[in-house]
Amino acid sequence: MSTVKLTVNGKTVSADVEDRTLLVHLLRDHLNLTGTHIGCDTSQCGACIVHIDGRAVKSCTVLVGQANDANVTTIEGIAKGDELHPMQAAFRDNHGLQCGYCTPGMIMSAIDIVHRYGGKLDEATVRHELEGNICRCTGYHNIVKSVLDAAGRMKVAQAAE
Amino acid sequence: MYETTYHRPSSIDEAAALFAKGKDAKYLAGGHTLIPVMKQRLAGPSDVIDLGKIKDLVGVEVSADAVTIKAATTHYDVAGSGPVQKAIPALAHLASLIGDPAVRYRGTIGGSIANNDPAADYPAAVLALGATIKTNKRSIAADDFFKGLFATALQGGEIITAVSFRIPAKAGYAKFPHPASRFALTGVFVARTKSGDVRVAATGASSSGVMRVPAIEAALKANWSPGALDGVRIAADGLLTDIQGSSAYRANLIKVMAQRAVEHAG
Repeated sequence: MSTVKLTVNGKTVSADVEDRTLLVHLLRDHLNLTGTHIGCDTSQCGACIVHIDGRAVKSCTVLVGQANDANVTTIEGIAKGDELHPMQAAFRDNHGLQCGYCTPGMIMSAIDIVHRYGGKLDEATVRHELEGNICRCTGYHNIVKSVLDAAGRMKVAQAAE
Repeated sequence: MYETTYHRPSSIDEAAALFAKGKDAKYLAGGHTLIPVMKQRLAGPSDVIDLGKIKDLVGVEVSADAVTIKAATTHYDVAGSGPVQKAIPALAHLASLIGDPAVRYRGTIGGSIANNDPAADYPAAVLALGATIKTNKRSIAADDFFKGLFATALQGGEIITAVSFRIPAKAGYAKFPHPASRFALTGVFVARTKSGDVRVAATGASSSGVMRVPAIEAALKANWSPGALDGVRIAADGLLTDIQGSSAYRANLIKVMAQRAVEHAG
């Protein structure tokens, strides 16, 4: 057992957990942040993606010790109160989901993609960059539309700040 | 996953000392191979020693004739490194093809090479560029490093600290990725040194891991162009056959990937 201390969605949290605990289990089972999903559990599907120090990573393949002292953001931490993050709003407006299981990971990946590419995103790039996020319902079409829409909204939001 | 004890040393010496103390210790870099294997209970190390936070193991240095990548540098950082893109564009390109973006944020060059997965990308670059693997004990030439499936010349507890690549005149990498995992069904790295020597390495193809391809090397040495390989036939002996493709299919892929690598070499 070890005590881990990290920042999750802006709040400092600490937990006494076994060293073999995965970050996704700390989030879901200890912190009750169940928006982060477990899909394949083999680092392929991306349902478990969260941001660690600003980078979108698969939390099913990170030991809690590796996240000690880190700054973690989950799907629960991106809205400002009742105001959805522009990426969440774009997914809603473009119907970028069907069953919704992959959606938290999609959104966390997509935010990272927009941060990396800024205004230079096109459809081919979005499709390529989403290769680590698997959706079995939508055929990706509306997901790609959502990400491109959100890229514009995030640029506007950033300019306003 | 079996129980384990996690350690986060801040220096290479501290990591080596922790390894020596552990009953059955394993080093962890990005964790994107070791953790999945631990989850399947195919590995159950008593101690996991995290090398990812050791500052001396992260970074890229480029000199007039070599690119040196420290072992815990992530694929994302290599792919996006301006100096690497300029000195050996094929190496940055190879790093950009590993796994997916989330995997590239975590996976490291040292971890990839130490694991020596027969379908990993980096071993092809290391072998084709005749790189030198530096450890906390010695330097090992690429030709002496890879010892077959998941086997290397590393001794127990030895830590890769950096990989140094001599800058070639031309180099290229092309792979046919597995559609889900992005591992190489077959990937080929071609390199021509400044003295005109040609080295070619294929990954994902052989049942004994990364390998040189002498027939392609000879043809490219005589004529560095995709067309020079038109008449080359690669023997299927010793190549992998699995659900993804037969050995004959992979033999043909070696040639086709080599042609694409030469076509896009920079």
